[in-house]
Amino acid sequence: MATPLRARGAKQPYRAPASLGGRPLAAGQQARIAALFMAPALVVLLAFVAWPMLSALRLSFTNASGFGVEKWVGLDNYVRIFTDGKILATLGNTALYTVLFTPIALVAALALALLLTSRALIGRNAFRTALFVPFIVSLAVAAFAWSYLLDPQIGLLTYWLRAVGIHVGNVLQDPKLAMPTVVLVAIWKNVGFYMVIFIAGLQEIPASLYEAAKLDGAGAWRRFLNVTLPQLSNTLTFVVVFAMIAALQAFDQIYVMTSGGPYRSTQTVVMEIYEEGFKKLDLGLATALSYVLLLATLVLSLIQFRFFGKREKDTVS
Amino acid sequence: MSNAALTRTRTRFQLSRTTSRWLLLAAVAALTLIVLLPVLVIVFTAFKPTAEINAFPPTLLPSAWTLGNFSRIFTDLPFARLGLNSFVFAGGVTVLALVFDSLAAYALARLDFRGNRALLVAIVASLMIPFQATLIPVYQLVAHLGLVNTFAGMIMPRAADAFGIFFLRQFFLSLPRDLDNAARIDGASELRIFRSIVLPNAVPALLTLAIFTFVNNWNDLLWPLVFTTTPEMGTITSGLTLLTGPSGIVPYGTMMAGSLIAILPLAVLFLIMQRRFIESVATTGLK
Repeated sequence: MATPLRARGAKQPYRAPASLGGRPLAAGQQARIAALFMAPALVVLLAFVAWPMLSALRLSFTNASGFGVEKWVGLDNYVRIFTDGKILATLGNTALYTVLFTPIALVAALALALLLTSRALIGRNAFRTALFVPFIVSLAVAAFAWSYLLDPQIGLLTYWLRAVGIHVGNVLQDPKLAMPTVVLVAIWKNVGFYMVIFIAGLQEIPASLYEAAKLDGAGAWRRFLNVTLPQLSNTLTFVVVFAMIAALQAFDQIYVMTSGGPYRSTQTVVMEIYEEGFKKLDLGLATALSYVLLLATLVLSLIQFRFFGKREKDTVS
Repeated sequence: MSNAALTRTRTRFQLSRTTSRWLLLAAVAALTLIVLLPVLVIVFTAFKPTAEINAFPPTLLPSAWTLGNFSRIFTDLPFARLGLNSFVFAGGVTVLALVFDSLAAYALARLDFRGNRALLVAIVASLMIPFQATLIPVYQLVAHLGLVNTFAGMIMPRAADAFGIFFLRQFFLSLPRDLDNAARIDGASELRIFRSIVLPNAVPALLTLAIFTFVNNWNDLLWPLVFTTTPEMGTITSGLTLLTGPSGIVPYGTMMAGSLIAILPLAVLFLIMQRRFIESVATTGLK
C-alpha cells in the first residue's frame, strides 16, 4: 500500500502524506483553502485580542484619557501602581481574595467529590446534579441572593445565625468581613464545578490500587494520602491554577455587593481597572494595571501549560 | 451454634452498615440543602409579598404567594427587552463563535500548510490573556467603529475564541480520517468534507462548546456593563444591577423575581441535558 490510511490521524497531524493517494490537493491549494477557513477567526482574534494587547501596552506608557493629547510618561503608571498606597492595596486585596478563595474552594470541592464517589452513598447522581446547580447561577445573581440572606435586618441567614448565638451584624459594611463574604459567594458558586472535575479525576484512578493498599493494611486516611492524592495530582494542579486565575479576575459579585467598599477593602484589581478605565478615564493607569493582571495570569498559565503539555503528550499525539 | 452466632454478628454488622449508610445519606442531604439555600431563597422570595419580605422575623416560605414581584420587574426595568438582548447577545456569540472556531479548527487539524504549527502555538498562547486585560483597547476599537451600545459591538469581539478553536481542533484530530480521505478521492471539496463528514461527527464537541459559550455570555456582567450605555441595551444580568439604586433600599422581591427569570433558561437547559451539561463542564474544564 502506497498510502496507508491512518486510523489515528492524530498521530502525525502536520506531515504531508508521502503520495497523493490520500490527498489529491497540491500544497499551495491546501494553503489557500486553509487561509479561507482560518480567515474569519483570525480577523477576530487579530482585531480583538492581538492588536488590543499591543495597544494596551502602548497606552500603559501614556497619560491617555480618551480625549485630547496623549503624552508619553514612561514607567510612571507602573511606578504609581507600586507606590500609591491606594492602588497597591488593590493588588493586596486581590492577593487576599486569591489566598482565601483557592484553598477553601479546593478542599471543599475535593471533600464533596470524595463523598459523592463513595459507594455507600445512595442517590449519588442526584446529589451531584443538585450540588452543581449553583454553577449555572451567575455571580451577579448569586450576589443578590446572598445580599438578601445576609441583610442585617431582614436576612434569613443573619436571623438563623443569631438564633444560635452568632451575631454577624452588617457583614458587607464591615471592612474585616466584607472580603471573606464576597469570597464565600464565589466559593458557593464554583465548588460544584471543581467538584465535577475532581469526580472525573477520581473515577480515573484504578480500583486495583485501592485494593492493593487495602491488602497492605492501609486505612482510609492512608489510602487517601498514598493513593488518591498522588493519582489526583494532575487534576489538583489544574484546579488550583484554574481557581487562582478565576480569583485574579474577581469582579461581578463585588460590583453588586460592595462596589469595592467598605473603605475600598474589597476593591480588587479588575474593579480598579473598571473604575480607572471607564469611570475616571485614566486609561494609562488602567492599562498598566491590566498588564500587571496579565503577567500574573501568564505566570499561572505557564504552570498550567506544563500540565497541558504532559496531558496532550499522554492522550493526543 | 457457632454458625448461628456468625450469622448474628454478620447481621449486626450489616445493620450498622445500613445505619451508617443512612447517616451518610442524611448528612449529604443536609449539606445539599444548605448549598441550595440561596437558590431556594431566590425562588421563594420571588413569590413573596413585599410586606412579608420586610417583616421580622424573616421566613423562608411565603405565607401568601403573589406574582406582584414579576409584574413589578417589568415596570421597573425594560425587562422583556433585557431578556431579548440576553438571548441575542449570548446566542449570537455562541452561533458565530461555533462557526468561526470550527472552520479554523478544521484547517488546523486537517490541512497541511506552512505555519500551521506556528498559528496553533499563537492561538494557544492567546488563551492565557484574560479579557479584562484587553478590555480598554477593545472598547476603544468598538467605539472607533461606532458600535458601542449595539449588538454588533457586543458580539463581534467574541465571535471567535482561542479556547474554542483549540478545543475543537483536539476533537477533530481524534476523528478517524478514513472517511475524509475517501471523500477527497471522490473529489469532494474541503468545505463539503467539513460540512458533511467532520461536523456531523463532532456534534458532541460542538454541543459542549455551545453550552459553555452560551452560559458564560448569558451570565457575564462586566462585558455588558462596558459595552452598553443605555438600560435598554443591557442584558438581564447587567440590567438587574440597576435595581440597587444609591438610595440603599433594595427591592429584594423584584430582584429575586428578576434573578429567577435570569436563571430559568439555563436551568431548563441544565435539566434537559444534565449529563451533557456536567460533562461539558468537566471536559472544557480539563482542557
